[in-house]
Amino acid sequence: MSAITLKSVKKRYQKSLVVHGVDAEIEQGEFVVILGPSGCGKSTLLRMIAGLEDITEGEILIGGTVVNKLEPRERGCAMVFQNYALYPHMSVAQNIGYALKVAGMPRAERDGKVAKVAKSVSLEAYLDRKPGELSGGQRQRVAMARAMVREPKVFLFDEPFSNLDAKLRVAMRAEVRNLHRSLGVTSVFVTHDQTEAMTLADRLIIMNSGIVEQIGKPSEVYHRPASLFVADFIGSPAMNLVRGHFAQDGYFRHGKGGMIHLPTIAPALISQEVSIGVRPELVRRVSATAKGAIAAVVDYTEELGAARLIYADADGSRIISVDTATDALGTGMPIHFAIDPADLHVFSHDTGRRIELGEAQRAATQTRINA
Amino acid sequence: MERRAFYRNGTLPWLLLAPQLLLVLVFFYWPTSQALYWAFTLEQAWGGGNTWVGFANFLAIFRDGQYWATVGRSAFYAICATGLSMAIALTLAMFVDRALKGTRIFQSVFVWPYAIAAPAAGVAFRFIFSPEAGLIGSINDIWPGIWSPATNGWHALGMVIVCHAWLGIGYNFIFFLAALQMIPKSITEAGAMDGARPFQRMLDLQLPLIAPTVFFLMIMNLISSFTDSFGLIDTMTEGGPIGATEVMVYNIYIDGFKGLDYSGAAAQSIVLMVLVIALTFVQFRWVEKRVHYS
Repeated sequence: MSAITLKSVKKRYQKSLVVHGVDAEIEQGEFVVILGPSGCGKSTLLRMIAGLEDITEGEILIGGTVVNKLEPRERGCAMVFQNYALYPHMSVAQNIGYALKVAGMPRAERDGKVAKVAKSVSLEAYLDRKPGELSGGQRQRVAMARAMVREPKVFLFDEPFSNLDAKLRVAMRAEVRNLHRSLGVTSVFVTHDQTEAMTLADRLIIMNSGIVEQIGKPSEVYHRPASLFVADFIGSPAMNLVRGHFAQDGYFRHGKGGMIHLPTIAPALISQEVSIGVRPELVRRVSATAKGAIAAVVDYTEELGAARLIYADADGSRIISVDTATDALGTGMPIHFAIDPADLHVFSHDTGRRIELGEAQRAATQTRINA
Repeated sequence: MERRAFYRNGTLPWLLLAPQLLLVLVFFYWPTSQALYWAFTLEQAWGGGNTWVGFANFLAIFRDGQYWATVGRSAFYAICATGLSMAIALTLAMFVDRALKGTRIFQSVFVWPYAIAAPAAGVAFRFIFSPEAGLIGSINDIWPGIWSPATNGWHALGMVIVCHAWLGIGYNFIFFLAALQMIPKSITEAGAMDGARPFQRMLDLQLPLIAPTVFFLMIMNLISSFTDSFGLIDTMTEGGPIGATEVMVYNIYIDGFKGLDYSGAAAQSIVLMVLVIALTFVQFRWVEKRVHYS
């Protein structure tokens, strides 16, 4: 039985539909990240699971029970809010213990639990402080302790790290991951930060304007994006994407009239309007004489330390390549790339969905997903 | 550093201040100085100027059991009117804050009573509470004589208190609503996730967070109950029956203008003024300095 089931869940505000029928199954103990750009409906979806927003249509089940009509307190979820939402007039201990106090737990038992939870997030020295006297990271820990102390069936995180600086964010990420490993509680985490999403998630739900674009493991989403949106959204630097069509002569003709030396591996696609994509790290530099070399001209490079990004122009379309060579490259210099046709992703122009190119491509992506 | 603008011209600021200063001098400092003069002097029996009597006027009123009865009545009046008005205003503000349907309309409707002058409200309430014809009076049809503000002092006092409280609801409501809306929505939501029901969230989360506003309103309402009750009492009961609604401010009027005891009335005014100053001082010392939660 799934921990959480979403059955064509919709949310409408007045006339506008912000969540267009989401279907998803979240397994017991799974860590699922809902990822999407701001305004895509991801927080609304989370708040519907929590019971803070009404469900316009569809059903949400937690532990097999339909919770549409249940109050937040009856759903067994705990939530960590974006701005922590700590009670400013209560001490750290009171903040953590409030849920237990409301539940009517005797004082002695409550104090014991609070102390134990506070210790697990290293807050035991701050129990008497007010939230206003804590740093951002400590407030974040109080918010997590407050969620943990209730021993909920489900943890919900609503962009919890967006107020933290980059370094603290990485540290908190590790803490959340360890927490999940030790408690094993089903967790749903909302974020717009793809690094956060990729590193935390067992599975990702990628949303765009109220629609689920893809549900899958981070490696699946990266190596076999189900739609043009996912291909473009996931990955940094972003995937090289070019719109156009494969021609009979073994070239890909793109929208701006230029052509790239790229034969298709699926003859059925010839002349069809598509977008093709390839990850920058799979664009290899080759010598001018190599078989299937694509000629291009260097625009500029970006040094990343361990590697550099080459931004090149291939007859009017931009190609980005991750390059580990150290030779000097200047603007206007000729350069040659090779792309394995099995590494190409092809998306229908009409629907934006992925077009599978047959077994060879499937096998190639599967190896990468499993790696 | 705070940046401030200064006037180079020496007279312009005084000219700008003049209208306000004039008002304060004419309507506050001049009457106050007159009251002080009267409070410490006594007019000679057959005219011929005032003689300095020191604290004799004050001692006279403090020795008067009747006066202390007025003080007690005033305190009772102030506490009841303040409590009633604030409790109702807070309840209404809580509902409006929870965004019930029609909120926009209620928001402005609740404020209207504050715009009504006390004597006008007094006349309206006298009619509403009238035992012969009013809305409340109709219970006399069921139990004859059960409601009689003209003969029963407690009825009369209760009637004036209700009217005073009603007048203040709008004012209190605006402040309460503003304070409630300052509380981030996520705090209430966190409370809901923690399992607290709406009433418990109100007690544990909302009330402590609006405590500075509660205290401010309490002082403002107490001051208003001590000083603004005159218009209501004069139109509704004229202090009766048998002095049952004679509060401090009304007693000043009776002693001064009806009894022509200017010195006694002036001494009472000074006492009332000191009381209001004390309340204002508490308000400044306590509320302004109070730590507001971030």
